[in-house]
Amino acid sequence: MATRPRMIRSHRDAMALVRTPTRAVWLGILLVFAFAAPLWMSNGLLFLLLAGLAYIVGAIGLNLVSGYAGQLSLGHAFFLAVGAYTAAVISGPSTQTTFGLGINEILVWLPAAGITAGLAGFLVGPIATRLRGLYLAIVTLGLVLVGDHVLRTWTGLTGGVGFGRQAPDPTLLGLDLSTTGPILGVDVARSALLYWFSLVVVILLTILALNLVRSRTGRAFQAVRDRDVAAEIMGIDLTRTKLIAFTVSSAYAGIAGAMLTMRLETIEATQFNLLLSFLFIAMILIGGIASIPGSIAGALVIAILPDIAGPLGSVLTPVFETLTFWRADAGFPLDEFQLEQLLYGALLIAFVLLEPRGLIGLWVRVRNYWKAFPFSY
Amino acid sequence: MTTFLQAVVSGLALGTIYALLALGFVIIYRATDVVSFAQPALMVFGAYWAMYFATVIGWNFWVAVVIAAVLGAVMGAVIERLFLRPLVGRPVFSAVMVTIGLDIVLRVIVDDLLGINQRTMGDPFGLQTVNIGGITIPQSDLAAMLGAILVISALLVFYRTTKYGLAMRAAAFDQEAAMAQGIPVGRMFGLAWALAGSMAAIAGTFISMGNSSLSRSTWVFALRALPVIVLGGLDSIRGAIVGGLIIGVAERLVAAYQPGAAPWLGAGFELVVPYIVMLVVLLVKPYGLYGTAEVQRV
Repeated sequence: MATRPRMIRSHRDAMALVRTPTRAVWLGILLVFAFAAPLWMSNGLLFLLLAGLAYIVGAIGLNLVSGYAGQLSLGHAFFLAVGAYTAAVISGPSTQTTFGLGINEILVWLPAAGITAGLAGFLVGPIATRLRGLYLAIVTLGLVLVGDHVLRTWTGLTGGVGFGRQAPDPTLLGLDLSTTGPILGVDVARSALLYWFSLVVVILLTILALNLVRSRTGRAFQAVRDRDVAAEIMGIDLTRTKLIAFTVSSAYAGIAGAMLTMRLETIEATQFNLLLSFLFIAMILIGGIASIPGSIAGALVIAILPDIAGPLGSVLTPVFETLTFWRADAGFPLDEFQLEQLLYGALLIAFVLLEPRGLIGLWVRVRNYWKAFPFSY
Repeated sequence: MTTFLQAVVSGLALGTIYALLALGFVIIYRATDVVSFAQPALMVFGAYWAMYFATVIGWNFWVAVVIAAVLGAVMGAVIERLFLRPLVGRPVFSAVMVTIGLDIVLRVIVDDLLGINQRTMGDPFGLQTVNIGGITIPQSDLAAMLGAILVISALLVFYRTTKYGLAMRAAAFDQEAAMAQGIPVGRMFGLAWALAGSMAAIAGTFISMGNSSLSRSTWVFALRALPVIVLGGLDSIRGAIVGGLIIGVAERLVAAYQPGAAPWLGAGFELVVPYIVMLVVLLVKPYGLYGTAEVQRV
């Protein structure tokens, strides 16, 4: 039996998280690589990866509600904002312009960010569960725009547009993760500690999500996505299932929002806009709809885009300069942010048109090709 | 009372432009079951062409508007042919995602063309106003209202009475049956996108006229037409028009009274009013005012 490791003999084996020894080996290598990353990476790249880890959490959340449960949500940025500001309020001190509790223990504010955002998702849920398909997409889009207005107006919370408030301050059991200095005699950079902590959070949340989607609830999600009427007839409570999907997804988004901002100095009220929602949509489409590994891959691709945008700019700028005739104004070179947008927009279109299952689908195709090599089928 | 009437009139002007934009969404939705999130980009692009031909090249403003409408139609049709046609038969989800991607890409391009300054459209109205019975109406509002009514009526006549309109309605009603009757359904999709593209271009031009201007933030206006279609019902032409007027008037009434009555709601609150109206209506009627309720059959 040990000679046939790929043979699946029971349902238990088929549903295992790590199905084959090969996978276990690769997973181990990947984990070692991930934990060792701060030891050799430049600080700039590490900073991007930190965002990448936050993106992973958010992308998994969005994939749960949109990929697995099939409820297209454009409101992810709103829940990220809820999480980010919960964290900032709990960890930040009260100042003249903003209020705060001043508890900077990360083990307090990070779960709190998830819980508050989850609660927000639960409250929005009843409206959302009444709607189907594109009605839901537009309503959640409205949520982001209304949320944006609230953030701009409520200066006690956000510090006002153009000022912002202090980002959540990560302190783990009294150890300030945001300082540089010797820890147990070893010099560790600020972002390295944050990175390791975030990595652990990401691993825990990934396992949670993997377990959720192979549970009864996860199967209910997929049944609702594939055919809601059929699911209902099989005895799945539609409202309850959608509500769970929304709540869990929002909680993930809240944690992602807190993680995304804790690496920064200040949070700006305007950063939680529609483009952020679109960014997360791009992640799950590029990575793979209804796939947790896909969410991770997509989030990492989007996270390193700023690094690619530079070289792309030197290629694209001359192209855009040829448009002078059509320009209303003297040429403005595309800034980095625009290049990034251009890139992820193009990737989004390309993946939907050419490989709807995303990077994961691409990987499956490559793997299957080599599995049967040299026979194509 | 004057404040009230003034708000209602300017709201109606705004509402007709919303209706124009909303009709673009509805026509695409009826033809292809897709809500096109690329509409904001098409709107800014269209307004850009009008501005370009009117101020940079210096042609007559109305000629520029017609050129913008034609270019908008061409852009809509080309986008449909290149990016949406391959997705026919695939889940609606995919097509919607592509329109989001298109919006992102097109908006970067048009932002780059536009530059960072606010641009006037080169329209003949400027800040001039008309006085009717004590109510002051900007000429540009009046022109926008009349222009939008004209375009909407032309569209309705086209859609209700011509051969192509009939073909479009048939294709929207049942694609297979339409195909069996010899209607080129794919071309009808293209036509729907072309119409929507040119309506977006005209609407974009109208909202940037007069005392407003065209800038990188103009696109948000098109997002406020989304509540209009949800309010009216995604597939209802009547809903788009009625919804547009309701939301236009609501927005302007709030703009007139909220700063005095409830300043704590913040500056620019009227801009989120469309969404709030939408949410309230949806709680009562989940398919909007005139939308077709989905019948679930087992």
